[in-house]
Amino acid sequence: MRGLFASSPALGPFAALVVAVVFFSVATDTFFNLDNFSFVVQQSVVIGTLALGQTLIILTAGIDLANAAIAVFGTVLVTRLALGGMPSPVALVLGIVGCTLVAALSGGLVTRLKLPPFIVTLGMLAVMTAVTSLYSQGTTWPVPDGLLTVLGTQLYLFGQIQMTIGMGVALVLFVVVWVMLARTAWGRHVYAVGDDKEAARLSGINIDRTLLSVYALAGLVYGIAAWLAMGRTPTADPNAYQTGNLDSITAVVIGGTSLFGGRGGVAGTVVGALIVAVLRSGLTQMEIDSNYQNLATGVLVIAAVAFDQITRRRSA
Amino acid sequence: MTEPVLAAKGLRKRYGRVTAIDGADFELYPGEVLAIVGDNGAGKSSLIKALTGALIPDAGEMWLDGKPLRLHSPIDARRYGIETVYQSLAVSPALDIATNLFLGREIRRGGFLGFLRLLDRPAMRKQAREQLDALGIATVQDITQTVETLSGGQRQAVAVARAAMFGSKVVIMDEPTAALGVRETEHVLDLIKRIRERGLPVVLISHDMPAVFEVADRIHVHRLGKRAGVVSPAEVSMSDVVSFITGAKAVPV
Ligand SMILES: Nc1ncnc2c1ncn2[C@@H]1O[C@H](COP(=O)(O)OP(=O)(O)OP(=O)(O)O)[C@@H](O)[C@H]1O
Ligand SMILES: [Mg+2]
Repeated sequence: MRGLFASSPALGPFAALVVAVVFFSVATDTFFNLDNFSFVVQQSVVIGTLALGQTLIILTAGIDLANAAIAVFGTVLVTRLALGGMPSPVALVLGIVGCTLVAALSGGLVTRLKLPPFIVTLGMLAVMTAVTSLYSQGTTWPVPDGLLTVLGTQLYLFGQIQMTIGMGVALVLFVVVWVMLARTAWGRHVYAVGDDKEAARLSGINIDRTLLSVYALAGLVYGIAAWLAMGRTPTADPNAYQTGNLDSITAVVIGGTSLFGGRGGVAGTVVGALIVAVLRSGLTQMEIDSNYQNLATGVLVIAAVAFDQITRRRSA
Repeated sequence: MTEPVLAAKGLRKRYGRVTAIDGADFELYPGEVLAIVGDNGAGKSSLIKALTGALIPDAGEMWLDGKPLRLHSPIDARRYGIETVYQSLAVSPALDIATNLFLGREIRRGGFLGFLRLLDRPAMRKQAREQLDALGIATVQDITQTVETLSGGQRQAVAVARAAMFGSKVVIMDEPTAALGVRETEHVLDLIKRIRERGLPVVLISHDMPAVFEVADRIHVHRLGKRAGVVSPAEVSMSDVVSFITGAKAVPV
């Protein structure tokens, strides 16, 4: 049994997701329908994408407390540039590049100065929150229609299933990162670095370069999360997604990726993000107070980490 | 006289107040098996770490084929064809055997998929299987098993297989048989002889005197951070070597 979980670590979370879906489908008569499922997925797209970047960093035994702050900075940057007359494709590219550079800066501090990722990104969280607040002059800015909000466009798949373009973009992004992690040398190195840094170094892996590339790629993903966020809510709000960092960590951990690094992956994160969204939506439909929703999520996080810790101890 | 393949003079390394390498010299000649013996903490592992770029010595010089050798990381040593089985094994527990064997020099797919940098996993698994079979490690059943699920000896075999597979200049093994059973130890000693037959010199660090006397052409005795001397297994007995290690007898010059 444990062997099965070890060989496909997303299996446990996936079972939990199925159980939750079945439970809410039975417990309410509103949960089990396509529109609701689509809504649940739409709900989790931005946090799920932030969690995708977070997964990369947690796989290296790091953590990123600044991811949502970076994405929010991205939305404000792109919007203000576009409002200032810059063509939206240029503004968008600059925004995504900006997010990439900011995250790469975290990576640089982690690798060059050997600072713990927790501290670096805690600092970066404060810095980016302040920068965004100053740059936005404390107000929200309307995102110009068009390319910048296109990811919120609703489509009907087979004339039935409600989708947004953003869902498709997020899906493609997950698949690309999955392939990179599972099927390229770079991906294997990411796991090796997170698993046992000294062993990876002695095996001839360039630790610093691998870590830096992970932070930069995570930043690129945050930039795309910013684009997705503008599609969902066409205002650039400096105070949005304030718990996005913790929500994304929650999704990653529930998805079975180990905070100790080297184990897990993006498939689990998709499931983790969906579990959180299903739980929230289901409990809301059962008219359960949002405090209990937070409580349930918290318990789930602790359970997931405890499970990870226990399986690690047994296999060590 | 032939020139050493790998040599060092006056290597020094301090960790705070501990002197791990205290002016150590080293020579490895073409095609030989050189055993390094010494007490726990004598500085054997530190010496070979310096020779493989895993640590940067504070002082001293190294040469490869007579040319000055400067190593900044284990990657450099690998590029020169120096392969090492570290005492810590340096394997990644959560990754599978094949991935571990090819870590840092993965085989890529051909054509467009290779351009996309995709891995050729079947090729890597096939070669990994062949290598382990050649080592006589039939107990490893599944090449896609993660290394953490292997026994200590099997893990060691994976590390040895990796070094044997990629060494093209020098192969260094730091206590490669420490966790192995009698039969597996024999396999590793055979492997060392086969590597020597290929013309590659091997450095073997070991506390196992019978093993040392079975394969070594020369024995480098390490004591208190430096080389106390080099002896030939044909000219001394095992108990002599033990006395050299403990300092009970001086190593003949
Ligand atoms: N990273 C380190 N930090 C501090 N001290 C170290 C470090 N590495 C080695 N030492 C010290 O250097 C000395 C030599 O250690 P080394 O591992 O080279 O010995 P060894 O001869 O390989 O021993 P063994 O036979 O037990 O493997 C020891 O006193 C050890 O405590
Ligand atoms: Mg040692």
